Amino acid sequence: MSEGVLAQSISVLGRVPGVAFVLVALVAVFASMSPGFSTTPNLTNILVQSSILLLLALPMTFIIMTEGLDLSIGAVLTLGSVVLAAVALATGSLAVGFIAALAIGLAFGLLNGWLIAWLDIPPFVTTLGTLGIAQGLCLVITDGTSIVGLPSGLQFFYSGFFLGIPFPLVIAAIAYAVMHGILYHTRLGTYVPALGGNREALRHAGVNDRVVLAVIYGIGGLMAGIAALLLTSRISSAHPTAAIGMEFDAIAAVAVGGTQFERGEGWLLGTLLGVITIGVLRNGLNLLAMPSSIQVICVGLLVIVALFFDGMRKAHE
Amino acid sequence: MSQIDAAAPKLKLTLSRDVTDVAYRLLAVALICVTLSLVSDAFLTANNLLNVLRQASLVFFMASGLTLVILTGKIDLSIGATVGLSACVAATMIKSTGSPWLGAAAAIGVGSIVGLGNGLMVTKLRIPSFIATYGMLWVAQGATYYYMSGQSVYGFPAGFRALGSGYLLGIPIPIYLMVAFLAIGYFFTKRTTYGQQIYAIGANTVAARLSGIPVNSRLNLVFVLSGAMAGLASLIYLARLNSAEGDIGETLTLPTIAAVVIGGTSLFGGVGSLFGTFIGGLILTLILNGMNLLNLNANWQPLVTGLIVLLAVWLDMKTRSKTDSN
Repeated sequence: MSEGVLAQSISVLGRVPGVAFVLVALVAVFASMSPGFSTTPNLTNILVQSSILLLLALPMTFIIMTEGLDLSIGAVLTLGSVVLAAVALATGSLAVGFIAALAIGLAFGLLNGWLIAWLDIPPFVTTLGTLGIAQGLCLVITDGTSIVGLPSGLQFFYSGFFLGIPFPLVIAAIAYAVMHGILYHTRLGTYVPALGGNREALRHAGVNDRVVLAVIYGIGGLMAGIAALLLTSRISSAHPTAAIGMEFDAIAAVAVGGTQFERGEGWLLGTLLGVITIGVLRNGLNLLAMPSSIQVICVGLLVIVALFFDGMRKAHE
Repeated sequence: MSQIDAAAPKLKLTLSRDVTDVAYRLLAVALICVTLSLVSDAFLTANNLLNVLRQASLVFFMASGLTLVILTGKIDLSIGATVGLSACVAATMIKSTGSPWLGAAAAIGVGSIVGLGNGLMVTKLRIPSFIATYGMLWVAQGATYYYMSGQSVYGFPAGFRALGSGYLLGIPIPIYLMVAFLAIGYFFTKRTTYGQQIYAIGANTVAARLSGIPVNSRLNLVFVLSGAMAGLASLIYLARLNSAEGDIGETLTLPTIAAVVIGGTSLFGGVGSLFGTFIGGLILTLILNGMNLLNLNANWQPLVTGLIVLLAVWLDMKTRSKTDSN
């Protein structure tokens, strides 16, 4: 009986506020160590910088809930940025460039979904393969150099304001609202955890699980295409390795946010908190003049610790 | 007793599959060689062929440990980063002490420690191997960058460099090492209880556990071996390049996984062989060598490698589902 209560309180304590504890602790540490941390411009900056990551982490949550993984999303984002810049330069139109970025993102997402759902190739190797393809395309298109000279109107999307709110935050809020709506208020959303937890049952219920998987990976690609607009705007150019490796931060945010890698259980608000946690961690370490190598190690350790507690919780159940 | 009965026919099937698998892949090697010798005069020269084998040997060292991991049904995505970290630690060790032996010990030690970390995360913390080793990838890579802090270390003693670029009787030394490790690996996987247990864990982990195989300790062993082989590979790489930088291992993971899957080792465990991995590495190296000879820009390499990985896994799954339904 008491063991049940213990397990329950551990699952409540370990699940819901776990990431919140980490976030509060990090904020407290950085606020006390670095005077520049808890200023309004810096905190706004953290949120704005986190918006690109959120666009990747939201669909990553869906994907991980299906017991999948998308290692290609950082490379697809980079490819989207390269395509956006190349097409915008060639046609002189940002809109056409953006549509091209969305199209290439969606195409890669659907390709991932097709390889995983129809050809039954394990997600991590599928997306490792498409990572190579996307990265290769980036290098081939740019010949390894940056694409510069983009229209100045591009800067609005990362640095501009809409009704006084930084534009990336508007995009991030809309994306969160849409993904929240899909996950918790549509039939598609009910299929997502079922794909991870009980795919057989879903199939028996007459749901075409392959189409659903393809849609989920497709959404991931599309979001990478949207993120490409923000990324390109942020650096005012496209670079073939600009967001290579960002998939790790996205996966880390999802893991830290408490989504399970093996049982179809996920929590979108947790992912939002996870994204902010990673943003705070990187920003704080930056202010403390820690090199990016230390940041990467810290994010990696954070993931391992999160998964460790996850494993302990599993052992209790 | 009944266990042995049940295992016997399965084992036979696996072995015969190995033979046909290898035969198909040797055919692929022959086809690629014929094609390349037709399109490029430079291909069929002793120099180029030895160079292909030398490069294939490096792939083999990285991929052989990974093969053992994949045979158990797990994965090690940290290989490239492990090679990078081992190479950098070994490089500074050799420079500061002047002793290649200490460098070798450091490389293999670092690789083994990383591998043990992977193993413990999988067996003790029960983190899925793809995510545990993916986290390790970034930790090891971050550690490498931090350790090197943008510097490069170069210029090693000639005796050490011979490990990567030396010749014995006209044949590059890494090729001898590869043949030796292929022989040891064959004996280990096919002729020892350890090897059989590795196959059994991959074929059916629950059954393996129930039949008394110490699954966790074997999993730790394969992850440590994978790390140690990455450490060994890093030495040969280092001896060949004669320099080490922080990004040395960054692009190595995808080709390594490619070699294993082209070689016919199933990502679901239990099926495959080290010899297959050798052939897989050879096929990959031949294709990349051909691209080189045809003056195709190196920027195409990740794209082609990615396509090859997907094609190889898809072909493998296709033939497997056919034989399974028979």
